[in-house]
Amino acid sequence: MTGGAGAALALAIPFLAVPGIWLARRRPNVREAVTFLAAVSLCGLVMSLAPAVLCGERPAIDLFEMLPGLSVALKVEPLGWLFAAVASSLWVVSTFYSAGYLRGNDEGHQTRFFACFALSLGAAVGVAFAGNLLTLFLFYELLTLVTWPLVTHHGTEEAKRGGRVYLGLLVGTSVLFLLPAIVATWVIAGTLEFAADGILAGKLDASSAAVLLALFMFGIGKAALMPFHRWLPAAMVAPTPVSALLHAVAVVKAGAFCVIKVVVGVFGIETLAGLGGAAWLTAVAGFTLIAASVVALRADNLKRRLAYSTVSQLAYVTMAASLLTPLAVMGAALHLVAHAFGKITLFFAAGSIYTAAHKTAVSELDGIGRVMPWTMGAFAIGALSMIGLPPAAGFLSKWFILSGAMSAADWLAVAVLAVSTLLNAGYYLPIVFRAFFVAPGTPSAGVREAPLAMVASQVVTAGACVALFAFPGPVIGFARAVAGG
Amino acid sequence: MLLAHLPILIVVLPLVAAPLVVLVRHGGVGWAVALGVSAASTAMSVAVLAEVPGTGVLSYAIGSWEPPWGIEYRIDAGNALVALLVSAVATIVLPAAKRTVLLEVGADREYLFYALFLLCLCGLLGIALTGDAFNVFVFLEISSLATYALIALGRDRRALTAAYQYLLLGTIGATLYVIGVGLLYLVTGTLNFADMAQRLPAVVDRRPVIAGLAFITVGMGLKAAIFPLHAWLPNAYAHAPSAVSAFLAATATKVSLYVMMRVYYSVIGAPTAFGAEPTGAILMALSIAALLVGSGAAIVQRDLRLMLAFSSVGQIGYITLGISLASAAGMTAAMAHLINHGLTKGALFLLVAGVALRLGGTRFEQIAGLGRTMPITSFAIVIGGLSLIGVPGTAGFASKWALVVAAIGAGLWWVAAIVLASSLLALAYVWKFVEAAYLSAPPAGAPARGEAPADVTVPALVLTAAVVAFGLHATPVLEASSRAASAFLRGWP
Repeated sequence: MTGGAGAALALAIPFLAVPGIWLARRRPNVREAVTFLAAVSLCGLVMSLAPAVLCGERPAIDLFEMLPGLSVALKVEPLGWLFAAVASSLWVVSTFYSAGYLRGNDEGHQTRFFACFALSLGAAVGVAFAGNLLTLFLFYELLTLVTWPLVTHHGTEEAKRGGRVYLGLLVGTSVLFLLPAIVATWVIAGTLEFAADGILAGKLDASSAAVLLALFMFGIGKAALMPFHRWLPAAMVAPTPVSALLHAVAVVKAGAFCVIKVVVGVFGIETLAGLGGAAWLTAVAGFTLIAASVVALRADNLKRRLAYSTVSQLAYVTMAASLLTPLAVMGAALHLVAHAFGKITLFFAAGSIYTAAHKTAVSELDGIGRVMPWTMGAFAIGALSMIGLPPAAGFLSKWFILSGAMSAADWLAVAVLAVSTLLNAGYYLPIVFRAFFVAPGTPSAGVREAPLAMVASQVVTAGACVALFAFPGPVIGFARAVAGG
Repeated sequence: MLLAHLPILIVVLPLVAAPLVVLVRHGGVGWAVALGVSAASTAMSVAVLAEVPGTGVLSYAIGSWEPPWGIEYRIDAGNALVALLVSAVATIVLPAAKRTVLLEVGADREYLFYALFLLCLCGLLGIALTGDAFNVFVFLEISSLATYALIALGRDRRALTAAYQYLLLGTIGATLYVIGVGLLYLVTGTLNFADMAQRLPAVVDRRPVIAGLAFITVGMGLKAAIFPLHAWLPNAYAHAPSAVSAFLAATATKVSLYVMMRVYYSVIGAPTAFGAEPTGAILMALSIAALLVGSGAAIVQRDLRLMLAFSSVGQIGYITLGISLASAAGMTAAMAHLINHGLTKGALFLLVAGVALRLGGTRFEQIAGLGRTMPITSFAIVIGGLSLIGVPGTAGFASKWALVVAAIGAGLWWVAAIVLASSLLALAYVWKFVEAAYLSAPPAGAPARGEAPADVTVPALVLTAAVVAFGLHATPVLEASSRAASAFLRGWP
């Protein structure tokens, strides 16, 4: 099978799983087996593309012509491969976790849940392998629409409100800013196909480049750049597995991915640097980074704290991309991976705590580590990754982002990174401390570890955080290829 | 031999069939005849469209009286496409009409319904295909009179007021059009569009030409429901029999918009209509007002049918906006949206017909929980709604893309911004439906889970599938539209 067909098949697998999931709706074990099978085959297929991509091949395929001169086209390049690999491997893990969570909490509409989950993964793969901006936009919008039923899963008034904010901000920014940016690129460049050094070289002056970049960056609402970040905390009304895989991995990483892709593949870092750079973007991302951390510091609801932490961590990626140096772009790509594994671990732990102890607030977690040692142990590793401390993957990406900032002599970015590390420590370490070292206030009788499927999932992802730190070689290889090295 | 007579056969066939249906006085026969005639018209439209590739023009002199003395039917890539849309939608809507008409109109008047339907079809096709200004008026009246009666056959007595309202405004519109034609006749001495186009340059700065342009704009604007001349549309669409809503929403206003395009670009010519006279600026201002007011009003409706009707007022604004840009790109966008919106609205009104059939009404409290009671219909309505918003992968996206490209290409950034902002209004009304259908419980006493009968649902789903197919692969529609646009711009020398 040629690489291009492999990419098309990878895109098709999650969509093909949907009828299977629906047919098995009366038999939950078969249904989850279908999801698992789809996840494993998707993951295996993506992994099988790795050697070719690493050797410099770019498997590509034109699926069909959508608009005159513009096809829905797939092209696997290193960054897209990284994103697809992260999303598909974590889909495998989260299938177990979701099954445990939904059954443990007696959630309704489980078939709809798994079907929409598969559709979301399909859309994420479409974003990852998009060969041009139109294909990217198609799957970007699809991702918003198919995650909406997951956000409003509970159907309560609160879920409805959350769903409105979610849809309004994500579709609003994409229609008002991203779509005109894409049309303008089409009018100016005459092509929408990503290229290693951009497609806008010599076609823009400095001021219109700044406007176009702003349209793109605020248009990619999934990257949660302030002031368009509120959809992410609003999405926390969803069941925790949704927050874990979609709002810590697939959806937000689609945003971060698009940011890197636009800066590298549409503008080109050298072109953009020659046009006066993106200093304002560094500042906006830096502000988002710090401001979101400050909000997280004050949030007592655990999922809300994690959500604002995600806003802040996404801004790392945007800021790194805005530095326009190969090292920082490498850091951005690595952070896309590192944050995914760390944040999903944290959300898994939050969901386990909710399922086992029905607790949602940080202030209720005193001593919970004593009854749920595995959960809180995994949480601690995820937290270390967020702060950027060894032995977790977050250290690696921050190292490269920091090196990139220093090589660009951007001292503002360096200062932001330093302050944010302190803030991250400030809102993660107290949770770990409370869980293990503060005596429980009210004895919570009968609280035990979460179901096995959930505990196992979070141990696996926490282990992956450590493994990425210990054996960073392959991922760094891909990140270097992203930066064109 | 037969092929040479296709231009007139397309129009004459329904005209002859209508009185036959009245004579036979049988509903089932009437339905079968109407369906057969529509299918034949569709086939002939396809044949005619294939006859005029690129720059081709098909001229047919009625009764062999040579133009400009006789009436000429003149077909190019522009109006052949309009005729295809009209006849194809009629063919798809009619299978769904059988059951809804029997229920809403009654067995005793069923045959009259199909006779009127055929007359309406004949009128719309005649407007599209004729090359004669007065012949347009004749067919306009044929289609309008049939339409008034069709609307009056609606489910309840509100249909009578709606039909009466439309009758008054429609008659005024037709009268204004014929006054406009009279003024042009005054200075050119001809009624043949092509002949008129040749004679106009010599007299173009004379006041009757400008007055004629204004009269035709307002007259056709009334029939096309261009804001603020849209007052008749929402009630007419909401209270007409279901099948009529679906057919009219997809075709009737579109044909009037076609006449405007023809008069502006092929007869009077863009340099006069859009250069010397402020038609473009006026049309653009009205289009933008339509986008905002129509879509805004759709948000606050409490009935699904009315919501869709007001949405049409807004969506017509996209078409007229494309016309007002006075460029090939703008006209391509206008033609593409004319087709795409026709398909989308046809699909939506047919789906809603199925909802009304099962639930007895389409008020929002009645359709609560539709996602559970009628899952397939409900999902298809969501897809149609996404096309109204212009989500990629639906037909609505393709035409909106073309429109935004045209606006940005003309340097009109603010117009592109308004077009996109108005999509968010569409998002608001479509999501009002989504929340009602999926996040509300069905009302007490709602019927058990199940779809409307297949003869209503299947045609609706065929149109919905077309909306998705022409969204994912929009090239055929956009290329046909582009050919149509160049046919309009080239004019009829």
